[in-house]
Amino acid sequence: MNKEERFSDEVLKTYERLNKEAEEGGYHLNPDKDFTLRLVQGLLENERRYGYWCCPCRLAFGDKEKDLDVICPCYYRDSDLEEFGACYCALYVTDEWIAGSKKHGSIPERRPAKFMREGYSETPPPQSLAPNPQPLSYPVWRCKVCGYLCARPEPPGKCPVCKAEKDRFERFM
Amino acid sequence: MTLYALSTCGWCRKTKELLNANQIQYEYIDVDKCQGEERTEASAKLRELNPRGSFPTIRIDDEVVTGFDEDRLRELLEI
Repeated sequence: MNKEERFSDEVLKTYERLNKEAEEGGYHLNPDKDFTLRLVQGLLENERRYGYWCCPCRLAFGDKEKDLDVICPCYYRDSDLEEFGACYCALYVTDEWIAGSKKHGSIPERRPAKFMREGYSETPPPQSLAPNPQPLSYPVWRCKVCGYLCARPEPPGKCPVCKAEKDRFERFM
Repeated sequence: MTLYALSTCGWCRKTKELLNANQIQYEYIDVDKCQGEERTEASAKLRELNPRGSFPTIRIDDEVVTGFDEDRLRELLEI
């Protein structure tokens, strides 16, 4: 029996979409397809439970504002990919990780202990090093998931790089 | 021996698979499947073992293993 027959069409279709978006954005899903399909199944389960894609390896508060940093893709993904070659749940991995030059296994939790206890809270964006020489014609918005920047009256509905939603942008300048 | 896990987590599943494949007897609790007081209580017990409250967390006698650390589990369980 084909192993993938255990997964619903919804899981398989979501996997295909995520895989396409990941590759287009320069990311890779974990090539262990069974492992990855189960994570996708977990994300869809969390969508049904909470209404959003809480990380399958983190316990949700069930309050979107408190879980905002760990909605997939989480705010810690890119730092974890850089340091460990995989994100916390290992849905996303790097070429080096796939090639086997990074150890496969659980990685340390990067989410601050305070957020784990109390939930996420917004921190003020970093102050610019020098004052702006002249006023900007548009505000600059930063995607807190992948760092994408754009200058426009409002943040985009979805990040064109990582598909994070509008509420995960911060005013950068 | 107790395992605190999430039903949706890949590393928690790998931990269960390792224990099952080696016929290890253990209790586990999928904290994400708990509701209300049961969930609060399970989270509090987990934090007594692992103050970060991350998953998986396994208590084996007096030892606590956090994350899926296959080498450490094999060493402690002599498998």
